[in-house]
Amino acid sequence: MATTTDPLLEEIQGPTPGQLLRRRVFGHHGLMIGGGLVALLVVVAILAPVLAPHDPYAQSLLERLQPPVFLGGSWEHPLGTDHLGRDYLSRLIYGARVSLMIGVIAALISGLIGTAMGVAAGYFGGRVDMVVTFLINVRLAMPVVLVALAVVAIFGGSLQVVIIVLGLLLWDRFAVVMRASTLQVRGREYVAAARAIGCSTPRIVLTEIMPNIVNNLIVVVTLEMAHAILLEAALSFLGLGVQPPTPSWGLMVSEGKQMMLFEPWLVMIPGIVLFLLVLAINLMGDGLRDVTAPENRS
Amino acid sequence: MSDATTPVLELRNVSKVYTIRQGLFAERKSLRAIDDVSLKVERGGVLGLVGESGCGKSTLAKILLGLETPTTGEVLIDGEPVGAQDRRKLARRIQPIFQDPYSSLNPRKSIADIISLPLRVHGIGDAASQDKAVREILDIVGLPARVMNSYPSQMSGGQRQRVAIARALIMKPEIVICDEPTSALDVSVQSQILNLLGELRREFGLTYLFISHNLAVVEHLATRVAVMYLGRIVEEASVAGLFDHARHPYSQALLESVLTPDPALGVPDTQLGAAYPNPIAPPSGCHFHPRCPKALPQCSSVAPRPLTTADGRIECHLFDEEKAEPATA
Ligand SMILES: Nc1ncnc2c1ncn2[C@@H]1O[C@H](COP(=O)(O)OP(=O)(O)O)[C@@H](O)[C@H]1O
Ligand SMILES: [Mg+2]
Repeated sequence: MATTTDPLLEEIQGPTPGQLLRRRVFGHHGLMIGGGLVALLVVVAILAPVLAPHDPYAQSLLERLQPPVFLGGSWEHPLGTDHLGRDYLSRLIYGARVSLMIGVIAALISGLIGTAMGVAAGYFGGRVDMVVTFLINVRLAMPVVLVALAVVAIFGGSLQVVIIVLGLLLWDRFAVVMRASTLQVRGREYVAAARAIGCSTPRIVLTEIMPNIVNNLIVVVTLEMAHAILLEAALSFLGLGVQPPTPSWGLMVSEGKQMMLFEPWLVMIPGIVLFLLVLAINLMGDGLRDVTAPENRS
Repeated sequence: MSDATTPVLELRNVSKVYTIRQGLFAERKSLRAIDDVSLKVERGGVLGLVGESGCGKSTLAKILLGLETPTTGEVLIDGEPVGAQDRRKLARRIQPIFQDPYSSLNPRKSIADIISLPLRVHGIGDAASQDKAVREILDIVGLPARVMNSYPSQMSGGQRQRVAIARALIMKPEIVICDEPTSALDVSVQSQILNLLGELRREFGLTYLFISHNLAVVEHLATRVAVMYLGRIVEEASVAGLFDHARHPYSQALLESVLTPDPALGVPDTQLGAAYPNPIAPPSGCHFHPRCPKALPQCSSVAPRPLTTADGRIECHLFDEEKAEPATA
């Protein structure tokens, strides 16, 4: 705390919050590694048509179950081929699109629902809060996997159905976290000052509350992305998610499981990339929380 | 509508009752944060509102700002009821300065954004004139123009409070509610901010409601003082009158606490023995009787009635017998 008597002589201390954030981001190894891996997979997914050596759907019964190069295969199919002779690397690359699309869109839908509910509950309190809390409890009482299985069993499995079902199911954590964050920020004096200035409620929520809780939102987004990606893999593995021949990592594990004892790499390769993607997203989320937490406390 | 005699700010029998529930299944209890308060502030005057922490000062401030609605009673500004006024119009006449400059500035916004917000919300001027207005007001509150691009986290408590003052004054309000504007600041900075508030009042002809838990802070700035205890105004008098001979035993205790070694630090030590009562279950009769050194038999059963004195009002049985003649202490 400054003790100088003339405020004109007092220097403005330290970096701006933006500079501080940048400094912390680049000093955080977990965030850099996780963020880097996620960024790499995003680029791979976007550039899939350019990067994939083969058509992921092209079957060739003559080239079935070729091993990857590191197990004595050829460079023609660096990661080998599956039981229908489709290039495994190309399917893996296109599978990244499915996983990321599901992760991003499901997290977006549930994020919108959960944030709207949580912020409304936290800001308005009273009856709104009671209704939202009730809905959260109802949602928490429903087992996600069973509900998803039932819905997919009724409407049939497809990418769209899986995305919508997950989007409509995974909003609970958004609502809980956003409600708590809003409650915390709502009581700050700058919110009272904004109201005394005559700001409208939407303006207060968007410009005074949201910027101060968006860091918590980002952390939940990463968690739920990873959650959705794993759920899609699980649903696809059970045959109730993305349907063949769409290349999905969960489906690839499922299709490889018959040959797991003889060709274990069929299961291990998609399993490992799935693991890496979820790990990377979680590292990124943890990192983002670390990096934004100190400001949150001040 | 308003003439020279209309008080710029007036409260008529204002009460605020909060309903609180401790725990999910606990029964609802009511907490009377403000209890039948009537006050007037003359144009250009400074009313000091003093009382211990939790007595309802901030609640009163929020009611005046239109942030809370009174349960009963009404607030008038220039003779017009506040309830009938548009929130945005009200905002141009009355502005707050809050206690904690670490919480009153949005950490995500630059200083220029914070100070210009009132102008932008009310659509006053274009970007260029708003920028000019921010520079002017920064100069007035004693901050260099280069702080415009800084953020609150880069500033000291005193600087932040100057920013909060600039934001409150940029729309040239008539009334400023200062809710303990110095109690979160370093002792060395407190007097700077108090002096600044005094200068600004003279320069812009402002009317202040100046809230503090410390009588010493109020002495320099206020023209009149109201002493609050558990939501009620127990004594109201001119500054000279109250500091010369405080009548109410609570006012006297507050005055004595000012004379303790370091009154600027924290809540004054009132040396009243018994702790501050629970506002959910206030003591019977006169709320102050359990702590009052001069309590009479009737104090614990009968609530004292408001009495008019030579320069104000008082609620105390000690003076009721004298039929509110000016007490010769
Ligand atoms: N929103 C609220 N809900 C319930 N009780 C409140 C609320 N705001 C204030 N109170 C209670 O009202 C009383 C007065 O509080 P406050 O006006 O903040 O006092 P002061 O500013 O004098 O310290 C306290 O007992 C406080 O607990
Ligand atoms: Mg207060």
